[in-house]
Amino acid sequence: MFRTALRNVLAHKARLLMTMLAVLLGVAFVSGTLVFTDTVSNAMRNSSAKGFDQVDVALGPGPGTGPGDGDPAEPPKLTPALLEKAAAVPGAEEATGVVAGYAAVAGRDGELVADSFRSQGGNYWGDADPRYPLADGRAPRGAHEVALDERTARAGGYEVGDTVRLSVDGPVLTPTLTGVFTTDDGSVAAGGSLALFDTATAQELFHRTGEYDEIFVRAAPGTSQDELRGALEAVLPEGVSTSTGEQLAEDQAERISAQMSSMESGLLVFAGIALFVGTFIISNTFSMLVAQRTRELALLRAVGASRRQITRSVLLEAGVVGAVAAAAGLAAGIGVGAGMRVLADRVGGVLPDGPLVIAPTTVAAAFAVGVLVTVGAAWLPGRRAAKIPPVAAMSSVHATATVKSLVLRNTFGALLAGAGTTVVLYATTMERSEAQAPMGLGAVLLILGVFVLTPLLSRPVVGAVAPVLRLFGVSGRLARQNAVRNPRRTAATASALMIGLTLITGMTVAASSLRTSIDRMATAALEADYVVSMGNGMGLGPEVERRLADAEGVSATSPLRIVPAEVDDETQYLTAVDGSAFDELMELPLVRGEFEVGGAGAVIDDRIAAERGWKPGTRITASHEDGAEQEFTVTGVYEQNEMFRGIVVDAATVAPHQERISDLQVMVKMTDGPSEANEDRLEEALGDNPAIVVQDKQALSEEIGQTFSLVLNMLYGLLAMAVVVAVLGVVNTLAMSVSERTQEIGMLRAVGMVRGGVARMIRLESLVISLFGGLLGVGLGVFFGWAAGELMGGTMRTYELVLPWGRIVLFLLLSALIGVVAALWPARRAARLDMLAAIKAD
Amino acid sequence: MTTTDTADRATAVVAAQAADLTKVYGHGETRVVALEGVTIDFHEAEFTAIMGPSGSGKSTLMHCVAGLDTFSSGSVRIGGTELASLKDKDLTRLRRDRIGFVFQAFNLLPTLTALENITLPLDIAGRRPDRGWLDTVIGMVGLSERLGHRPAQLSGGQQQRVAVARALASRPQIVFADEPTGNLDSRSGAEILGFLRDSVRAHRQTVVMVTHDPVAAAYADRVVFLADGRIVDELRAPSAEAVLDRMKAFDAKGRVS
Repeated sequence: MFRTALRNVLAHKARLLMTMLAVLLGVAFVSGTLVFTDTVSNAMRNSSAKGFDQVDVALGPGPGTGPGDGDPAEPPKLTPALLEKAAAVPGAEEATGVVAGYAAVAGRDGELVADSFRSQGGNYWGDADPRYPLADGRAPRGAHEVALDERTARAGGYEVGDTVRLSVDGPVLTPTLTGVFTTDDGSVAAGGSLALFDTATAQELFHRTGEYDEIFVRAAPGTSQDELRGALEAVLPEGVSTSTGEQLAEDQAERISAQMSSMESGLLVFAGIALFVGTFIISNTFSMLVAQRTRELALLRAVGASRRQITRSVLLEAGVVGAVAAAAGLAAGIGVGAGMRVLADRVGGVLPDGPLVIAPTTVAAAFAVGVLVTVGAAWLPGRRAAKIPPVAAMSSVHATATVKSLVLRNTFGALLAGAGTTVVLYATTMERSEAQAPMGLGAVLLILGVFVLTPLLSRPVVGAVAPVLRLFGVSGRLARQNAVRNPRRTAATASALMIGLTLITGMTVAASSLRTSIDRMATAALEADYVVSMGNGMGLGPEVERRLADAEGVSATSPLRIVPAEVDDETQYLTAVDGSAFDELMELPLVRGEFEVGGAGAVIDDRIAAERGWKPGTRITASHEDGAEQEFTVTGVYEQNEMFRGIVVDAATVAPHQERISDLQVMVKMTDGPSEANEDRLEEALGDNPAIVVQDKQALSEEIGQTFSLVLNMLYGLLAMAVVVAVLGVVNTLAMSVSERTQEIGMLRAVGMVRGGVARMIRLESLVISLFGGLLGVGLGVFFGWAAGELMGGTMRTYELVLPWGRIVLFLLLSALIGVVAALWPARRAARLDMLAAIKAD
Repeated sequence: MTTTDTADRATAVVAAQAADLTKVYGHGETRVVALEGVTIDFHEAEFTAIMGPSGSGKSTLMHCVAGLDTFSSGSVRIGGTELASLKDKDLTRLRRDRIGFVFQAFNLLPTLTALENITLPLDIAGRRPDRGWLDTVIGMVGLSERLGHRPAQLSGGQQQRVAVARALASRPQIVFADEPTGNLDSRSGAEILGFLRDSVRAHRQTVVMVTHDPVAAAYADRVVFLADGRIVDELRAPSAEAVLDRMKAFDAKGRVS
């Protein structure tokens, strides 16, 4: 039987080409993902392990630092005294205080060297910090000196002695570069920047005066990390956490693994989609092969092969196809994995170097996926083959596809689709957190239902485009009839395309709707001309607002400051603003009372008002970080939205009780509105700080838009594979149609259809199938997009369904284009058929 | 115009003509001569049968004259048009407008109804069928009741009747039939042959039929015998017995040589 299977594969090489390609692409996607993530996580793990070379034991502030858990016993601070104590412990050779924060370095061109999420700052310990060997120059000393890592210095165009432009959380700083160092820091290896100041300066800049974020202790020779840790724990106050360098490296490695594996599963989902789409092609191909071989298989049955043997021979054939495709796919996947790393390097996300990792599990996964998917998809055709009666071998008539009644199928499909629709609709009325699972289940049910129903749907939908096809005369009419001739095959082909387009459309619709509503929320209430914030979303120092207020042409400014405090024994984040100017900068819809936040006035949102029963006149008490209590009187209630909610108080009133002042953003109103000159003025006031962004309303909208398009484009890219596989499916189906209808095409040519007419007939058939899939996909996508939008945007006041018509039309045009492209080769083949051979062909 | 015929045929118009027609396949060792200098006229309103043993070149001759196949040298004319110089597109158009075909395997489109199959060549050409003529043809083959049926719902004989109607519907200059009864039982076969003959008698249709069946050949006005790519004999107003006798004679000769 194995030999028969093998012979069959060899005999149908061309027929199986598209099937193999489909499996190959899916496997390549899977193994490419695995190779890439393994390689990157291996490299990152190595580089992070190196980063802890200098650390034997690290001391940190213990748990319970967050203001959230209301623990009154603050953990001890890591003070210089504590450091001295740690350094004096027997077995400790040296202790280093570590201060870390955010520091953005601009190159000579004024642009940030690294993206703002990877711009780090820290302290250089003493004159020779063991963590950072100097490559050039000397250690930074005093407030006006800095050291940079080698890569950053090179990328920024700086040499020792130059003035560096950088920013922490306030106006731009211009220290002198005194040293260039090398580092194993993982983030720097991944393309980040690191700027180091002397310890005192770093403590001041990062608001850690008199304390450290961490203390690294090195063991004396002969003392193990664990011994040192034990010794330290014995003398240090409770609440100081200790971990060995090994532990830290392990924790880091675990974090990296977790990150990479979530990325891996994300990518594998898309690989899975592509493979799922591929199963339609596989199933189509094997159905055709079985139909074509009906007589042959019946003969096998007649001479004594059992049903099981027949099924097994079909599955074996599928297994061989799957294995061959998997081998090729694995090779392609290794290439893809290597290519992705190069690509990631090219687009700026520098990854640490390391060898390409091809784990045995990757190889196993590639073959398992390739073989299982192929055999699984061929299972139904294999079963059908076994049902061929031996007498079919004697029948002189060509085996035509048995037209089984579709009644059962349609009933089943209608039930599935109905159930799916109901579940999705029901899910949109549920709470967001609970609705995800039912919505996903409903979506899957509905897609399956529509898939089961596609043969039924194909006639009316194809009939709907008939008037257009009629323009193409006989070619059009024949194309239409051919498209619905084998409804199951057409359905499977169109469904493959449908899946990709459903996802693409759904995401586009949901993203467009959310984007519009978030855009509205961000800008609708905003009366300010400019919003100034840190590029990475971190806080701004209070100096920023002062400078902006002093700038020419500025009429009003207010910070937006988050102040942790306890109100009524519950942690609340108060929003502190400049009470006197806020009116001009933000328009909050008032429900009750007046908007008065000067002095001890507070304005609360309607949800808090309803929950606590507060109203204008209610007195509330807030206890601050420093333990002081302040009393506020509610003056007004406003309608909350996603962007703005909570208790609003005056910044000047609470500032004395804040440990550290950090503004989320500063809103600015100009006397003469936004203009380029005004924007320049504000930027100039901040010393053209590269880390701070000054945005008007339009820029805010654009930023929101960009975030959405970035995510959408990434998803488009990932779903493209599923679409490519679907295109292979269309090509496959057309090629099968052409080879099955050789005789008909020959006759058409004989009775006078020119080659162009034959080619047009195939192209139109392809167009009909693709558009059918496209229509179903776009229709389902709009529905899912609507449902997902309802779910995510239901709580947003500004949410409204936005149908991106341009995109929707584009997707339909795309499916038409797919139809045309997929038909190129089959149409050409059909037009060039040897007419005489075709007529004679039995 | 040929003068070898009897006086009353001398005035007949030639519908199709092959002159010194040669068809060679392959080169060198594998060189096969399928047709060797065949010259033949097909007159209007005449029913010609081409006979010969397998490999005699009878099908090749038909394919070349019908514009389905190319030839190596010589000339083929349909009406006044020389086929040798025609490109595929013009050849296709010529087949569409001036030639009708009946194939052994019926070759109907399963998705089209009987009527749609009949008008297919006209539809391809974008021509409106001549209603009166169409009715005549349909009436002649007796399909009026089954025009809405699809091929799968028709018997073999009925399918071939559709094919005959399709060949006649566009009033072609000449109809070529390739073993039209090969897949039919004798009664259905006889019907088909009757229709072809009627079209010649009643409607002055020119028909050329390739067959190996002496009974089928007996329906023709003349029978042309081919062997080894040459015309070896011709018989007018044949009877089945006469044809069979000639065939036997060739077989005997073939065996001796």
